[in-house]
Amino acid sequence: MATPTDDRIADTTRTMEELGRDAIARTEAEVIGTSPIERTALDREQELLTINMGPHHPATHGVLRLLVSLEGEVVRDLKPVMGYVHTGIEKSCEQKSYWKVIPFVERMDYLSYYFNAEAFCGAVEKMLELEIPRRAKWLRTLHLELNRISSHLVGLGTTALDLGAISMFWYCFRERDKILDIMEMSSGQRMHTRYFQVGGVIEDIPLGFERKLRAFTAEMPDRIDQYAALLDRNEIFLQRTKDVGIVPRERLLELGVTGPLLRAAGEPWDLRKVEDYLAYRELEFDIPVGTVGDNYDRYKVRLQEMRESVKIISQCLDGLPEGPWIADDRKVVLPPRDELSVSMEALISHFKLVTEGFRVPPGEVYYPIESPRGELGCFVVADGSAKPVRVHFREPSFVNLQSLRDMCMDQYVADLICNLAMLDPILGGIDR
Amino acid sequence: MQRGLLAGADLDSYVEERVITTKFDKAVAWARGNAMWPATFGLACCAIEMMSMVSARYDSARYGAEVFRASPRQADMLILSGRVSIKMVPVIRRIYDQMLEPKWVIAMGACSSSGGMFANYAVVQGADKFLPVDIYIPGCPPRPEALMYGVLKLRNKILGDPDLGWRDEYRAHGTEEDERASKPGGIPVERAGTAPSDGRLVGEAEPTPEQLASEAGLLDEAERAVSERAAVVGAQRAEHDEWEGRDA
Amino acid sequence: MPDAPGLELIAAEINARHPDAVLGTTYDHGQAALIIGPSSVRDTLLHLKEAPGQEYDFLASLHAADYLPRTPRFAVHYELLNMARVERLRVKCVIEDPGEERLPETESVTDIFPTAEFQEREAYDFFGIVFRGHPDLRRILMPEDYIGWPQRRDFPVGGDPVIFTNTEDEVPGWTR
Repeated sequence: MATPTDDRIADTTRTMEELGRDAIARTEAEVIGTSPIERTALDREQELLTINMGPHHPATHGVLRLLVSLEGEVVRDLKPVMGYVHTGIEKSCEQKSYWKVIPFVERMDYLSYYFNAEAFCGAVEKMLELEIPRRAKWLRTLHLELNRISSHLVGLGTTALDLGAISMFWYCFRERDKILDIMEMSSGQRMHTRYFQVGGVIEDIPLGFERKLRAFTAEMPDRIDQYAALLDRNEIFLQRTKDVGIVPRERLLELGVTGPLLRAAGEPWDLRKVEDYLAYRELEFDIPVGTVGDNYDRYKVRLQEMRESVKIISQCLDGLPEGPWIADDRKVVLPPRDELSVSMEALISHFKLVTEGFRVPPGEVYYPIESPRGELGCFVVADGSAKPVRVHFREPSFVNLQSLRDMCMDQYVADLICNLAMLDPILGGIDR
Repeated sequence: MQRGLLAGADLDSYVEERVITTKFDKAVAWARGNAMWPATFGLACCAIEMMSMVSARYDSARYGAEVFRASPRQADMLILSGRVSIKMVPVIRRIYDQMLEPKWVIAMGACSSSGGMFANYAVVQGADKFLPVDIYIPGCPPRPEALMYGVLKLRNKILGDPDLGWRDEYRAHGTEEDERASKPGGIPVERAGTAPSDGRLVGEAEPTPEQLASEAGLLDEAERAVSERAAVVGAQRAEHDEWEGRDA
Repeated sequence: MPDAPGLELIAAEINARHPDAVLGTTYDHGQAALIIGPSSVRDTLLHLKEAPGQEYDFLASLHAADYLPRTPRFAVHYELLNMARVERLRVKCVIEDPGEERLPETESVTDIFPTAEFQEREAYDFFGIVFRGHPDLRRILMPEDYIGWPQRRDFPVGGDPVIFTNTEDEVPGWTR
C-alpha cells in the first residue's frame, strides 16, 4: 500500500542516492592525486586560514603584525599591519628648534642613527646654504660607514638567528660592541650619539681614536671572512636562502624599493655614487650588485658592503684633512666654549642659539642619502622661524615593506620568516 | 662516607660545613632570582641594547637571565625596552596578563618609564600607567651595564621579598588572575608576605587573638608616632613660611 | 635636477598637453618643483613618467604637508626621480582646505606608481587627504578607530604636562 510516508521515504532514498552519486562524481572529477595538498591545489579558495603573526613574535624584527592567509603551508595573501611603535616623531619635531630636532630624528631608524641625523642636518644645511668644512665631511663619512657596518651586523645576526644559526648572532654583536666603543670614543654615547650637528660635527675625534679605529679596520676583514666561512657554504643556509624570495628587478623599481634589496636584484643604484654628498666622490669603493635577487644574494650583498665600508673607513683615516670640524657661522653654530668667557658677542650668540635657536629662511628641501636599508630622504619645510614647519622622512624600510607581499606569495611560511629577515625592516623607521 | 666513620662533634661539624639550612621561602626566592627568564619584548632602540646585554660582552647568562622565551607563559620577566605606543598598549597588557605569576616588569629606558622625550599623542607617558612596574632603568638607551644593574636590583628585590604588595601599590587589580583568586573558592594565589601565617615556622600555632591585638596595638602606636611627626613637621613648615612671609 | 630653464620647458610641455595643469614652478636651492592642482595629478605624473624626454619613472617619495595658516593649506609632494639621468623633480599638488566636515581630495596614483600605496595611506592617516581610486584607503600607523588627523597643524601635540616640583602642593616624598 503506497502511504504518503512510504512515498516520501522512497523519495528521500532516491535523492540521497542521487546526491551521493553526484558527490562522488564531483570528487572524482577533481582529484588527480590522492594527497590533500594536491586536491586543494586545484581550487585555491577551498581552505584559507588567516593567521596573525605578531606584533609580539620572536621573528618579526620588531613589532610588526602580519596577517597571513595560508593554504596549508603556502602563503596566499599577506597584509602587514604597522603602527605599534608609532612615536609621532614628525609631529614632535615641529615643536622643537632645529638643533633639538636632531635627537628626535635619530631615534627613527634606530640602527642607523647617524644616517637619520645626516639626512636632517644635510637638509637644513642646504636650506641655509651652509658649507661645512672638509674635515667635518670626512668625519661624517667615517662615522656613517661605521654605522653602516654596525647596522649590517645586527641585520645579519638577527637573520641568522631566525634561521637557527645563533652563533652568527654572538659574533656579530661582538664586533658591534667594538664599533660602539669607537663611537663612544668620539661622542660619548654608544647609540643615538647626537654627534652630527648642523654645520659639521659637534667635536673633533680624540687622541687614540685613530689608533683604535685602525686596529678595528685591520681585523674586521678577517672577521667578515669568518662570517662568510660560517654561512656561505652552509647547507642549511643555502637551502633556506637560495632561490627564495625572488622579486624581479622591474617590480622592485615599481614598488620603490632601494638599497641592498634592489642591488641584489641586479640594479646598480647607490646614492653614494650617484649623488654628490659628503666625501664619497673622493673615495674609492665599489658597489656590490647581485644577479638573481634571492635571499642569498641579499646576504652576500650586505656582507660585501661591510667589506667596502671598511675600505672607505681606512681611506677616510688616511686622507682626513686638517681644519675645523664645524662651520664658523656664529648664527648657526655654537661658539667654542673657551670664547664664552672673553667675548661678549660669543656669549650673546650662544644664548640666542640655546634659547631660541637659529632661524632658517623659508623654503622646502628634500635631501636623500643612502642608508643601510635604501634611500633615506628628509623633507624639511621652513618658514623663517626657529622651528621647522614640517619634517618628513622617506624611510626605506617603510617603502621596502611593500615588497614583502610579492616576495612571499605562493611560498612556504618558513620562507616568509627568511624573507622578512632579509628585508631588514626596522620598525622604528616604518612607524616613525 | 661510611656510617660510624665520624661521630659526635666531628660529625656535627662535617654536616654543618656541607648542609645549608634555610627557610623554604628563601630557598624558593633564591631559585627564582637566579633564573629570571625574560620575555622577548623588544620594542625599539632599547631592544638593541637589551640584545647587547645578552651578547658575549655583557653576558646576562651569568645571572640566569639569558633564556629569552618567546611565549609569555614560559617567561617571568617582561623587559619593556622601547617606547610604548598607544596602539601597542592592549597587546602589552595581554602579554602581561598571560604571564604566570610570579612575574616582574622592568621598564627599560626613559620612554617606557615616563614617555621619555616623546611627550605627544602617540606615546604612553610611562608604562606604569597600565602595568605595575618593578624596576625603572633611566637612559636613552641605557647602557647594557645599566640594564644589568637593573636586573640585579630586581634580583635583590626577589631575594628579599617576592611580593611587596605591588598589586595594592599600583592598584593593579582587575587582571584575570586577580579576579579568579579573589572570588570565594577561587584558585588560591600564593601571596607570600601577606598571609597571616607568614613569618612563622612550620608547625607553629596560628596567632592567638591576643597576639593579633598586640600587633594591632603596635600598628596603632606606629600610626600615632607618624601623625605626631607630621604635626611637628607641619609646625616647622608653618614657622618657616611665616619667616619667609616677613621678608617679602 | 633640471635647471631653471629646463623646468620652465617641462611646465610648458605639460601645459601644452593638459591646459592649465601646471599652476607654477619653483626653483629653490637647486631643487625644481612643479605646482599643480588636485585634478591634474594623474595627467602630470603620467606625462612625466612616459613622455620620451622625461621618463621620471621612479617615485622616490610621496608625502603631504600642512601649511596652516597659509592657503592653499595642504600639499602633496611627489618626489620623482629619473635614474638614468639622475634627475629629481618635485611635483607639488596644492589642495585647498574644504572647510569643516569635508576632507581634502585628490587622485590616487597607485596604478601608475605602485609604491604610492603605503605612502598615500600614510598621508590619509595623518592629514585626512582622501586619494580617490586607492585600493585600500585606511589608517596605517594610527589605530584603526582613531579619530582625528594627527599631523595637521591644529591637532594638539598631546602628552602629559610635565610637573615641576615648584608646582606641587606638597613636598614630594622623595625629598624627605
